[in-house]
Amino acid sequence: MALVSLRNIYKAFGSTRALGGASLDIEGGEIVALMGSNGAGKSTLVKVLAGVIEADAGEICLHDRPFTPRSPAEAAAAGIVTVHQSTGVVGIPGLPVADSLLIDRYADRATPFFLSRRSVRQRAQAIVDEAGFDLPLDRDFADLSAADRQLVAIARAIGRKAELLILDEPTASLSGSEARRLYAVLKDLAARGIAILYISHRLADLEALADRVEVLRGGRNAGSFRRPVDFDAAVETMIGRPLTAAHPDARPPVGSAVLSLRSICLLPHARPFDLDLHAGEVVAITGVLGAGKSRLLTGIFGESRFSAGKMSLDGRPYAPASASEAIAAGVVMAGEDRHRTSLMPAGWPGEEVRATISLPHLHRWFPSGFLVGDRETVEGHGAISRLGIRAGSPAASVWSLSGGNQQKTVIARWEAEPSRVLLLDEPFQGVDLGARQDIIATLRRHADRATLIATSDPEEAAEVADRVVVLDGHSLVSAPPGETTSLQEAHP
Amino acid sequence: MTSESDAVPAVAAALHPVHRLGDVVRNGAIFILLAALMIGFTLVQPAFIGINNLMSILQAVAVVAILGAGVTISMAVGGFDLSVGAVAASSVMAASYSMIVWRFGVFVTVPLVLAFGAAIGLINAFLIVRLRIPDMLATLAMMFLLTGLQLIPTAGRSISAGLILEDGSTALGKYDPLFLTIGRSSIGGVIPVPVLLTLLVAVVLYVLTEHTRVGRLMFATGGNELAARLAGASTARLKVLSYVISATLASIGGIVVAARVGRGDVSSGSSLMMDAVAASLIGFTVLGLRRPNVFGTVVGAVFVGVLLNGLTMLNAPYYTQDFVKGAVLVGALAMTYGLGRART
Repeated sequence: MALVSLRNIYKAFGSTRALGGASLDIEGGEIVALMGSNGAGKSTLVKVLAGVIEADAGEICLHDRPFTPRSPAEAAAAGIVTVHQSTGVVGIPGLPVADSLLIDRYADRATPFFLSRRSVRQRAQAIVDEAGFDLPLDRDFADLSAADRQLVAIARAIGRKAELLILDEPTASLSGSEARRLYAVLKDLAARGIAILYISHRLADLEALADRVEVLRGGRNAGSFRRPVDFDAAVETMIGRPLTAAHPDARPPVGSAVLSLRSICLLPHARPFDLDLHAGEVVAITGVLGAGKSRLLTGIFGESRFSAGKMSLDGRPYAPASASEAIAAGVVMAGEDRHRTSLMPAGWPGEEVRATISLPHLHRWFPSGFLVGDRETVEGHGAISRLGIRAGSPAASVWSLSGGNQQKTVIARWEAEPSRVLLLDEPFQGVDLGARQDIIATLRRHADRATLIATSDPEEAAEVADRVVVLDGHSLVSAPPGETTSLQEAHP
Repeated sequence: MTSESDAVPAVAAALHPVHRLGDVVRNGAIFILLAALMIGFTLVQPAFIGINNLMSILQAVAVVAILGAGVTISMAVGGFDLSVGAVAASSVMAASYSMIVWRFGVFVTVPLVLAFGAAIGLINAFLIVRLRIPDMLATLAMMFLLTGLQLIPTAGRSISAGLILEDGSTALGKYDPLFLTIGRSSIGGVIPVPVLLTLLVAVVLYVLTEHTRVGRLMFATGGNELAARLAGASTARLKVLSYVISATLASIGGIVVAARVGRGDVSSGSSLMMDAVAASLIGFTVLGLRRPNVFGTVVGAVFVGVLLNGLTMLNAPYYTQDFVKGAVLVGALAMTYGLGRART
């Protein structure tokens, strides 16, 4: 008997059909992974189940009884709890973790009006005990790592007697070891009969966790794979075409370096290291969260300073004092988390696809200072066809696009004008495999530019790069030019 | 990311005919309301629609519209200039002092006052950009500072011809007649100069914010400062520019007030800040943009002007004016945010 079953769920938004008869069964204690390209309907399906949106047709059963949650609160009361991707919302910075665990209880009338520090701690400890893992109850929530915040969210869900946990890309911001800790927690919960449904783009997640993988394509079920899962088949089912070689033919670096880093210290006491980037080369730096990947990239981009060391660009000394100086020199960067570092808010000027692309190039494209002429639109059309961005028109809001297409738009921004060095910080966050392949193909097309990609996922690094280097403790572990680090080594 | 990723192209939803009709009603609501008000007032009081009355409405809102444009441009970079009213008021005093005490003519006084405004803008920008004081607090503090500062040179007295100075002597200057034409004359006897000036300011600011590179970068700074900086924009310089523009516009507003009143009144411009902020916020509603925009601000100022003028003609007492302005502001914001959200 299934704990939850969804049958023939239909959902349309305006004229676009998001779900066209999708079904899903989940048993108690089962870990089900939901796979699908962006736009396949997986988030919509999960939202229907979690009461965020209402299905147009179809039925949902919980314990074999019809169930139609009208709000997330109603779904949570019935035992279906969503652990949100943005873990920032699960706690209150400035208050101890114990309070964050009890927010739901505070809103509940059953909680006494007066609360002592001790009783708060006891109640929080009870929740953590039930969840079966440890949390620093007295630490300020603001000081927690992304991984611990995720655990706070899960503990809260367990505290609410969840029978089904829904996780949306739970490991997106976690390092390898943190992800493994999360796997252990989830497996333990499953062993105790809690069902887990999660969406993830990382194969490592699926490999480590899933009892079953359900693949959605175009709003319908495209296939179901039981453990042991044939991931190549699952991925091909998901994108609807065969995968090209996951490990591209690595090209050896040729010619002189475009960008040379010499005796760079990321922090005052870190071991100095050298790094050369050659024309046409795609180099990936990987390493755990906090290893210094972002610091290295922002340092090259002029957004922060290295503690020591020199850089040269095409043989000339290069020491940018700001992002605009770096851009002028031909070094460009698409930062981590595109919402924060690249996009304008929805409804604000500059949210269009074409305006997103043109932002750094306005002075070149509109030398008069007046935004006249169709240069922006033409460039937008070009980018849409070149990168295969699924957008209605260059004037469409970037917020109407799926995550993968948003990322393609951000990449298109820096493809619109020639550059010497392209820096990408976690460019595959929330990007499905299909879009990822398109982006990789685009990045590898350039023979005149050096590309440096920071990613915490070693497999991603191996997939995109000619050469993988590993950062650990703010210094390069490996990578004299030409040598490649093995994936085992890259895993901490 | 993934949470939105399965969301459907909003474009498709927006083109749905029912939504489109709803959008037209919502986005054009203020114009429909404005037309309804004008028809209503005209039916009750035919003199309302006379060209002279219409021009007097525009003349009455000219200063608020100019200051509102300044507030709007400060909002575009993600700030909020609360000092515009005080800058305008102290500009009135500065202009009067320049002509009456220093006996300068219009050609010295006007540049002097504009420079005064620009300098205040620079100080605001210094407080906000360099010292990183939150914009509202910095400009609020500047408002207090200027409100007090303008009283000091004349020991708290208004400035008019024959002012007795602190040393006992009498100021010998007077208002330059040419200066007074800024506030008191009209082109062809129909269009008052302040209205023309407002139109000019509105057009220039509209083009600047909506159709130039600098405007786009200003909005980029206000929308996502980090993204703008990483795209190579000098966000600090853009903020400085917008605060300087905002304060300079406020001093233009002050010049208009001084030229109309013909004396440096210590109490002038007390309600200007609130009115200008209200006009900018009502402007969010216009065209359903839900963001600062110069066109909306001017329409917002005119809307309030029409309402107040009409109500005055219908013998509504003067003390209800602030209440009416507040009600319009609350209604406009409720419509912009409340109804907008209900739709999505």
